[in-house]
Amino acid sequence: MTAMQHDPAYNFAYLDEQTKRMIRRALLKALAIPGYQVPFASREMPMPYGWGTGGVQVTAACLTPEDRLKVIDQGADDTTNAVSIRKFFERTAGVATTEHTNEASVIQTRHRIPEAPLGAGQILVYQVPIPEPLRFLEPRETETRKMHALEEYGLMYVKLYEDIAHNGAISTAYAYPVKVEGRYVMDPSPIPKFDNPKLESGAIQLFGAGREQRIYAIPPYTQVVSLDFEDHPFEPSKADHDCDLCGCGTSYLDEVITDDAGGRMFVCSDTDFCAARQAEGHRGRLSGEDAA
Amino acid sequence: MRDDALSGGFTDAPVEAARAFRAALEAMARPGSLHEVAGAEAPAPLSTAAAVLLLTLCDGETPLYLAPGHDTQPVRDWIAFHVGAPLVGPGEAMFALGQWDALAPHDAYAIGTAEYPDRSVTLIVEMPELRAEGVRLTGPGIETEAHLALPETAAFQRNAARFPLGWDCYFTCADRLAALPRTTRTEAL
Amino acid sequence: MYVAVKGGERAIDAAHEWLAEERRGDPQVPELSLAQIREQMSLAVNRVMAEGSLYDPELAALAIKQARGDLIEAIFLIRAYRTTLPRIGHSRPVETSAMRCDRRVSATFKDAPGGQVLGPTFDYTHRLLDFKLAAEGEAPVARQAEPTLAPTPRITEFLNRDGLIQDEAHSDETPPDMTRQPMEYPADRSTRLQALTRGDEGFVLGMAYSTQRGYGRNHPFVGELRIGAVEVEMEIPELGFDICIGEVTLTECETVNQFMGSKTEPAQFTRGYGLVFGQTERKAISMALVDRALRWEELGEENVGAPAQDEEFVLAHSDNIQATGFLEHIKLPHYVDFQSELELVRKMRREVEGSMKEAAE
Repeated sequence: MTAMQHDPAYNFAYLDEQTKRMIRRALLKALAIPGYQVPFASREMPMPYGWGTGGVQVTAACLTPEDRLKVIDQGADDTTNAVSIRKFFERTAGVATTEHTNEASVIQTRHRIPEAPLGAGQILVYQVPIPEPLRFLEPRETETRKMHALEEYGLMYVKLYEDIAHNGAISTAYAYPVKVEGRYVMDPSPIPKFDNPKLESGAIQLFGAGREQRIYAIPPYTQVVSLDFEDHPFEPSKADHDCDLCGCGTSYLDEVITDDAGGRMFVCSDTDFCAARQAEGHRGRLSGEDAA
Repeated sequence: MRDDALSGGFTDAPVEAARAFRAALEAMARPGSLHEVAGAEAPAPLSTAAAVLLLTLCDGETPLYLAPGHDTQPVRDWIAFHVGAPLVGPGEAMFALGQWDALAPHDAYAIGTAEYPDRSVTLIVEMPELRAEGVRLTGPGIETEAHLALPETAAFQRNAARFPLGWDCYFTCADRLAALPRTTRTEAL
Repeated sequence: MYVAVKGGERAIDAAHEWLAEERRGDPQVPELSLAQIREQMSLAVNRVMAEGSLYDPELAALAIKQARGDLIEAIFLIRAYRTTLPRIGHSRPVETSAMRCDRRVSATFKDAPGGQVLGPTFDYTHRLLDFKLAAEGEAPVARQAEPTLAPTPRITEFLNRDGLIQDEAHSDETPPDMTRQPMEYPADRSTRLQALTRGDEGFVLGMAYSTQRGYGRNHPFVGELRIGAVEVEMEIPELGFDICIGEVTLTECETVNQFMGSKTEPAQFTRGYGLVFGQTERKAISMALVDRALRWEELGEENVGAPAQDEEFVLAHSDNIQATGFLEHIKLPHYVDFQSELELVRKMRREVEGSMKEAAE
């Protein structure tokens, strides 16, 4: 954990106060209408669209000097884009950072929900590329807006059912659509469907899509149901292995190719979770004697 | 313009507004939970908490309605100097401020449209007291149930029934605030 | 023994150092100055100002230098800087009919009051590489003429006098600012024009070209193309009148388009409009054609399903900063999602193989 002073050349957390107020108003309406995408006047950020500008704006609007920020990409704190975003907030907000999920008060994530349950005092901020769950069925904003207004989600069920008819299974493996509090169909961002059950959480979950200018939210303890059918219930799935480093049998795994002869190993995608288990003495198939 | 119109704003706006917003965010995310805020001092009858919410959420882009009792020259001057929100009637307001009875009729405010349910008012209701007891609250943000002393329940039940349309409320008293979004179900005990 | 990849931070720092070194190139070659870029790469500077939506040749030159000549990257730098600038006030609308024209051509009339002025154009150059330019030291001087002080009224106004061209609605309302409000469809014309003027030159050009080839043909003539300086005026409330705060160079194109009339309107000409920062005439003409194509509904024309008639399609995809960011983000790690797909494909294959085996037994 590190703390530093924020760079006085920038306003605290980079954004000007008027922009923050605009984002904050959108966040509050998003919490009041769970799963509904609130349009907001996303600003051009000093990092490219598609690299987390929505999440960065949401995080910037939420951060206080007392926060401890964790940034992950693919579940890992050390992936390059996570490093880059963490550095941005160290510099512009002077905020303390951490890699430990349980110490973090704000977590910005791309593509994963941490394994450890989140709770009171924690905010999970998702980076969202395409916030509209109906976009790949209907490219027009004017049409999808009407479909949400009329709660007309038949097209989505037809698509999922066609999957079953063609492939025997729903072929969506990530960004698996959910229905929030029985009303809005929502894109949970491209998390693997393994993570969908964790969308029902004790933490505040905020979603930011910068390029598409949308913010949405799931308050704590809100009902989030993955779309499915009685005869084809939703199945969160993962690689059918244990972690080769910590031995965990219930965490989401990355498959790592270890040689050019088909050798591979499976390791926890959540690097903090895996390191904590190893520190507690858990061992996996390939843990060396010196792994701790 | 009197001198007290020029004082009572945030002294370190970026940081004080950030802390105040986190309280407002937690309040809206966990309906009925009480939060303390600080940093603003406005002319009576404006409470510290209501003044903090105005400083944190309102500006020249947010039309504001002042209900009778809060629509006084000192309050107008303070808002003109620190917030800059244009003052409007209830129908055009994005924010409305006053005591519950003074804000009536409560169906005069924007509740959003089917395509844009977010285009709805946020009421800032000044309360004589703010207690986490009385009306039972359930819904998103509440693990089992929460309690909050509300001025009535009928209006909140009607508001919740038209979800996803509706308005959302902050309740303020002295330096404390709580919130009740349109999703919260209320039940008098 | 497997060790998870660490050192992202060191890798990033090293990459940035390398980038800076590559940007400078061979240190034996003199470094480019911003003045050199501003003066000798002025059309690149103009494009960066236009698509960056910020009129500042010096900053645009800096962005081009920093971006190693990648203009989209330079536009991105300018956009990111622009959003941090405070809004001190709003100018009055500029009066392009009072432009000091360096160039003014009309394709619809042989001549017009104020005259045709070719100006500094590539139009009639033969595109032969000029090897003399490879040698340094030349500073050509063009012949001079007396400046004409006659007014240069807009050519379309002559048509307007006879009711032959549709009049545009006048309004003193402050138009919405697309950089401060989220895009909403259908968009009004002012928002569409804002999106087009900062849109990617290549995209807008391609869309315009498609209308010429029959995808929503709208029979355009360049009624007038003018390039020159206009004064920017601002109302100072304390003074109670407007004062000139500076000058900008603009390119304006008005097209004159055939219109067959409808049940409610007699046949008359209609306009497409393009207005872009700097000398950027390819962009201004393209903009006018696409603007006209997007007006099909208000003019009671048929939507033939052409891409350039599709407001959502054009406006949602014209911005090169949005496009390049989202396109390039697919090189970021996606292995978590890929793993989820991998497991799903394996599972589906197992099930199919299982049922094939059962069928064989």
